[in-house]
Amino acid sequence: MSKYAPRKAQLAREFLEKPTPLKGARADREWWEMPVDFHDGNWCFPGKPETLKEIGFPNPRKWAATDEDWQLPDGWQKIIHDGLKERLKKFRSLKLYLDACVRCGACADKCHFFLGTGDPKNMPVIRAELLRSVYRNDFPMVEKILKGFSGSRKLTAEVIKEWHSYFYQCTECRRCSVFCPLGIDTAEITMVARELLNLIGVNNNWILAPVANCNRTGNHLGIEPHTFVQNIMSLVDDIEELTGITVNPTFNRKGAEILFITPSGDVFGDPGVYTMMGYLLLFHHIGLDYTISTYASEGGNFGLFTTNEMMKKLNAKMYHEAERLKVKWILGGECGHMWRVVHQYMATMNGPADFLEEPVSPITGTKFTNAASTKMVHIAEFTADLIKHGKLKLDPSRNNHLRTTFHDSCNVSRGMGMLEEPRFVLNSVCSSFNEMPENTIREKTFCCGSGSGINAEEFMEMRMRGGFPRANAVRTVKKQHQVNALVTICAIDRATLPPLMRYWNPGVAVYGLHELVGNALVMEGETPRTEDLRENPMAVAEEGEDDDA
Amino acid sequence: MKKVFIPLIMVALLALIPYVAVTYANMSYLFGVIIPYAAAFIFVAGFLWRLFDWLRRPVPFPIVTTCGQEKSLDWVKQNHLESPSTRFGAAVRVLSEVLFFRSLFRNTKAELHTGPELVYASSKWLWMGGLAFHWSLLIIGLRHARFFFLEPPAFIAALEHADSFLELTLPAFFMTDAIVLAALTFLVARRIRDAKLRIISLQTDFFPLFLIGGIVLAGMGMRYLEKVDILSIKALMMGLVSFSFEAPGEIGALFFVHLFLVSMLAIYFPFSKLMHAGAIFLSPTRNLANNSREKLHRNPWNKPGKFRTYAEYEDEFREKMKKAGLPVEKD
Repeated sequence: MSKYAPRKAQLAREFLEKPTPLKGARADREWWEMPVDFHDGNWCFPGKPETLKEIGFPNPRKWAATDEDWQLPDGWQKIIHDGLKERLKKFRSLKLYLDACVRCGACADKCHFFLGTGDPKNMPVIRAELLRSVYRNDFPMVEKILKGFSGSRKLTAEVIKEWHSYFYQCTECRRCSVFCPLGIDTAEITMVARELLNLIGVNNNWILAPVANCNRTGNHLGIEPHTFVQNIMSLVDDIEELTGITVNPTFNRKGAEILFITPSGDVFGDPGVYTMMGYLLLFHHIGLDYTISTYASEGGNFGLFTTNEMMKKLNAKMYHEAERLKVKWILGGECGHMWRVVHQYMATMNGPADFLEEPVSPITGTKFTNAASTKMVHIAEFTADLIKHGKLKLDPSRNNHLRTTFHDSCNVSRGMGMLEEPRFVLNSVCSSFNEMPENTIREKTFCCGSGSGINAEEFMEMRMRGGFPRANAVRTVKKQHQVNALVTICAIDRATLPPLMRYWNPGVAVYGLHELVGNALVMEGETPRTEDLRENPMAVAEEGEDDDA
Repeated sequence: MKKVFIPLIMVALLALIPYVAVTYANMSYLFGVIIPYAAAFIFVAGFLWRLFDWLRRPVPFPIVTTCGQEKSLDWVKQNHLESPSTRFGAAVRVLSEVLFFRSLFRNTKAELHTGPELVYASSKWLWMGGLAFHWSLLIIGLRHARFFFLEPPAFIAALEHADSFLELTLPAFFMTDAIVLAALTFLVARRIRDAKLRIISLQTDFFPLFLIGGIVLAGMGMRYLEKVDILSIKALMMGLVSFSFEAPGEIGALFFVHLFLVSMLAIYFPFSKLMHAGAIFLSPTRNLANNSREKLHRNPWNKPGKFRTYAEYEDEFREKMKKAGLPVEKD
């Protein structure tokens, strides 16, 4: 395992032995008296100076969270103060959520980071208080006078360190906002806090490097156009070897009916590439007239984890490219935060996309009226519609070696409400689907623990802690139903869940939904299939199979 | 437990002020007329100002928290309450929060068992306590209408009758009095006993609970123990609502304690977390329809931004693109 995470036995022992508020142990002091701790495994490397210069972000320098002096710019208090003031004017949500919390505590034990650390500052209510206490010191009039009474405090360098630590122990997954009687969304607070921190150069390289890459090359991994094409063509070769079918994706082709955009993790990462193979097989199967862009080659958007302006800037490429290629509408691949952006932000930021048409499935004729304005359809909606209309020839027994469960991605479930379509698809392509416990799925799903740009190797301890509730729910179905396949519709999940499963639940591999579709599709003219897209034997399930390496 | 005792002492002092002032300094005009008017003014103006202050800030993005299946394909059953796709649906959703505390009803309690294993148990106590507290306060507030009308409206009388149907004492005991005290006790006790609540609670969380407790106790004291002159009270209250500045008659000091604490609550209200009463209607995660791909949501401060265009991209990678067989715009 990673040198940045303790051994599993050690962590498990700590869970049981360490007294925390989660287990009813009272804290010996108030939360604002608790020092901030940085050690290997609980902080992400800061943005590199050259990356900051490339995207024009302030205060480029070499520093680390463990440094005593963070080399904040002159007048940083004023920068934060003015930045907060500006954002309070722009976002009703921010003002409302800072003002209205009654600290009822319903959110307290809903956060995966609190469940995995027992650290009181990971209770969503206190996470928001980290900012709220400073806001109360400076803004509403009466509370300003009653300092001790209303729990306000001065903005100090120590507070900045605390913000950096805890606003990157929030994955903006919004589980707390489901349980909040006022609908207070900690993600709104975290987003603003991260924007403020970026103003003074307190940042995270695992977010800013993909942002810079995405801006220049079109995707997070910084893949240049020729390499992007090469990589997909190598997947085409793999498909041909496995199935005898030659699929023909096209790139940057004008006049295609549909532009397909998926996270670049599906093009380059393991196991994302198998999901990509699934898409390619599906599109070939139905004879879809589509093209893939090397310019808008990223579905994900790490701008969402940085600043509003950056999110808009990176997202703008989707519509820009769709207009240039004169496609009718856009089809989007499996991804979590990509769909939060597409569903809730894209048209508002970069629309209206009047140059596109209201999406209609060319195969079934179904009108996607729910995407009439944004003109972008989710692949799970698209495929569910195909299956419902009997347009796919499927053999679910080809996935009989997999006993599956489904992980609802936080953004898709709580930022979009897509719960049934992926389940319908999954049930149509495999014979063994087992739900995790009720309080850990659908709108109550647990985050993978590494979303929102904290999927860094050096953050491994926190990731294993934050992912613990999800892993624990998987463990339940692994024990009850011998589940060996964790299926997701999120590229970040496909990157973060394999190490999480290796750590907590060895023997459970992570799959994309369309990888299973690709396994089950009976292609016309195919050679007899004996292996799945990972080249694992398809026939009978093997005990304790572990193929996520 | 400084944060428990300081607000408790504050409320005790607040209760003592009118008692001493009325009993020993005969300041019933100040406490019976001037302060109540000032408090009512501050409450109304403050409440409206806070609402206005929130409403003038835009909601740039449709950030609904979807707690159920969205509207999608015809054959997929939408959850209209938790993922409404119309404004009407969203209004129903907000009302379900306001009237029934829908989201609190979902509450669970997480426990870490050996294994390590996380177990989630349904936990409806906060929902029940909160609902009992707020609904009792509403009914008690409505019951007070009899002090403001010569002849109270029929439904108020019916409410009063229903509330006192047990007829345990004379005058008839109101169930809501007991319920609100029990709920208050629960709400205070959980903040002290539960380790999680204990660390998140601030003085400003205990203060309104104690203040309301003081109001309830003073009110109950007048009704069941230290009888006050109801007719004078009614005369005073009817005078107040008709904007008369007449001096109050002879009323027991306990009444002024009650009225002063209510005045303090009214003054404190607009500047505190008690404004959640207004905020719950405005929360964008709940009061918007989940139809953001279907209908365009406008952001008033959205401006066209600069981004890296395809032309700039092609300029950098043109040769590599040509070699890879990719079509280009310019040769």
